[in-house]
Amino acid sequence: MQATIVEAVKDALHTEMAADDDVVVFGEDVAESGGVFRATDGLLEEFGEDRVVDTPLSEIAIVGAATGLAMYGYRPVAEIQFSGFLPPAFDQLVTNASRIRWRTRGALSAPMVVRMPYGAGVRALEHHSESMEGAYAHIPGLKVVAPSTPHDTKGLLLASIRDPDPVLFMEPKRIYRSFRDDVPEEDYEVPLGEAAVRREGSDVTVVSWGSMMPPTLEAADEADADVEVVDLRTISPMDTETIVESVKKTGRAVVVHEGPRSHGVGGDIVARINDDALMYLEAPVERVTGFDTPVPLLSMEDYYFPHPPRILDAIEDALSV
Amino acid sequence: MSENEPTEHPANATVSAGEPRFLTQDDLSVDTHQVVAPDGSYDSDDVPDLDDEQFRDLYRWMLTDRVFSKRMVSIQRRGELGTFGSTRGQEASIIGSAYTLQPDDWLYVGRAWTPMFMRGVPMKDMILFWRGIEEGQQSFADHNCQIAISIGSHLPLVAGLAWGMDLSGDDAIATAYLGDGATSTGAAHEAINFAGALDVPALFYCQNNQYAISLSADEQTGANTLAQKALAYGMDAIRVDGQDVLAVYEAVSEARERVRNGEPVFVESVTYRMDAHTTSDDPTRYRHDEEVEAWEDADPLERYREFLKAEGLWDHIDHDAIVDEIDAEFDAALEEANAFEERGVEETFAHVYEELPPDLQRQFEEFSDLLERRPELYDYIEQRPKG
Repeated sequence: MQATIVEAVKDALHTEMAADDDVVVFGEDVAESGGVFRATDGLLEEFGEDRVVDTPLSEIAIVGAATGLAMYGYRPVAEIQFSGFLPPAFDQLVTNASRIRWRTRGALSAPMVVRMPYGAGVRALEHHSESMEGAYAHIPGLKVVAPSTPHDTKGLLLASIRDPDPVLFMEPKRIYRSFRDDVPEEDYEVPLGEAAVRREGSDVTVVSWGSMMPPTLEAADEADADVEVVDLRTISPMDTETIVESVKKTGRAVVVHEGPRSHGVGGDIVARINDDALMYLEAPVERVTGFDTPVPLLSMEDYYFPHPPRILDAIEDALSV
Repeated sequence: MSENEPTEHPANATVSAGEPRFLTQDDLSVDTHQVVAPDGSYDSDDVPDLDDEQFRDLYRWMLTDRVFSKRMVSIQRRGELGTFGSTRGQEASIIGSAYTLQPDDWLYVGRAWTPMFMRGVPMKDMILFWRGIEEGQQSFADHNCQIAISIGSHLPLVAGLAWGMDLSGDDAIATAYLGDGATSTGAAHEAINFAGALDVPALFYCQNNQYAISLSADEQTGANTLAQKALAYGMDAIRVDGQDVLAVYEAVSEARERVRNGEPVFVESVTYRMDAHTTSDDPTRYRHDEEVEAWEDADPLERYREFLKAEGLWDHIDHDAIVDEIDAEFDAALEEANAFEERGVEETFAHVYEELPPDLQRQFEEFSDLLERRPELYDYIEQRPKG
């Protein structure tokens, strides 16, 4: 079938709720209204009010209760309405979900998914546009996933719900409905921790993920060079090998992400390239990122967002040395 | 469209004119449930229905709690433990409540260690926990219990565990032990409200021991009592004299029944932390001797002994022999804990994820290699706590 990213989310939830009675979906406005982006539309009718639950407006309780449910043997899939509202529950991720396995030497675990739309570009007010994957990827014990296509969204979400560890599933809401893609109707998984080479090339490697993939691919198409594009897909644990192999081939690299530059995932990717491919580099690794500022509100966000010309400029810089 | 009933609350039908009337805390009358008065007197009709062996059992567990705390503080002073939080003064509050719990119930605690022993956790594992050895929590998990260190952070987990019990139709409840300080956290607020909204079988047992490290309960909140906080979440609550083991037992047993029937309950147990917050704390900096002495007079074991004497049960209890038995159990546990072998660094990397990701595998290999190349690094690695 042809589906958008948000339809692929819905399809994955339907698929797994039908396959596994232990899957419970909950969050703010997810049941009766089907979610503010309609990602959980139809679940209540199909699976009933025990398994599809509207919760109070309580991010700490949503993430904490998901952890408790998972400890008790369920497979909770909690929705945080916008990623900008996750910070209150950061404590539950850091303090409980990510370390219950470690704390109990494997006697307990928290196989759970927290889904949330992330990123700028939807003309929103404050707190609706954050890309804080760097902060979340810094938590040992948590996995962080950010798909960029409908096909990957379904496969990664199914893999995330079945994963034995807690997964933060960051959905690129800017491209929730911007294109359709062939999504198999059957059950399939895209494994966590494996990047995809979206575009093969020999001159320069561009690494990106999530909602940055369309502008990255657009810039790659416009570049007067043979650009290889790596879609990370899982931020943590990171597929260093795919990045390093690509850079060894091209000798040049650009990292593109939407979140702030300092202390971001981009810096870590540069460090990994330094560790394993420094002697292959012919130019410094470029970073195209958001600024170290809050994400501007709707009127100014286009200055912040890494649009294709910024990415193209960095690709040309990497090629110019 | 919603199939729910219209949301207008029946109380809204009452409209008052004239001077605006504010709701105040004084509208509430919050009693403190008590069975045995501080002077040892009681009304036989109020005594919970327990048999003689159970009455003696309660005493034995309270004594276990006291002796365990005393021994732990003592080995910490000798440098054989990282730190420890004594429960002295809270024995009635801890034992009276935990005695009501069933094996399938879940128990998530702060400052209540003996309930773990009551569930079958070996004393050795509690010593390991306070030595910073993770196998302690593993053992607790095997008995449906855990200790929360980050104050209040466990309440949402308890709401989730209770939700799981409800979904599974299990005959069990999830219990959070919390302190007065925890009631000020956002996590507690959200979790109690969440449990109340979803009607899950969660019991929130708040030991108001008057201090969160140095801050007194009076300064912790503007609320007259902690019990009344539950009402705002649509949850029933009871305040109980935490120095009276029979009052605690009776209140929590009834609370557990209500919880089993789908009504979460909040219990405030009014007690006192006689010792320091932990062995690293010096309470003389923030509280007066007179206050501590006054609470010494409200000793929960003393009060329960008065009851046992009046019932003619005391003659059948050999206090000194019980203390000797608990001491011997502690000695054996300490010996076992001392025999716990030092572990290799691989233990730190284990169980972060079910499978070791490549990054962690690499960090482990690099560090193992460094240890091999620079064995002098072992001079800096000390696994035995100094206290």
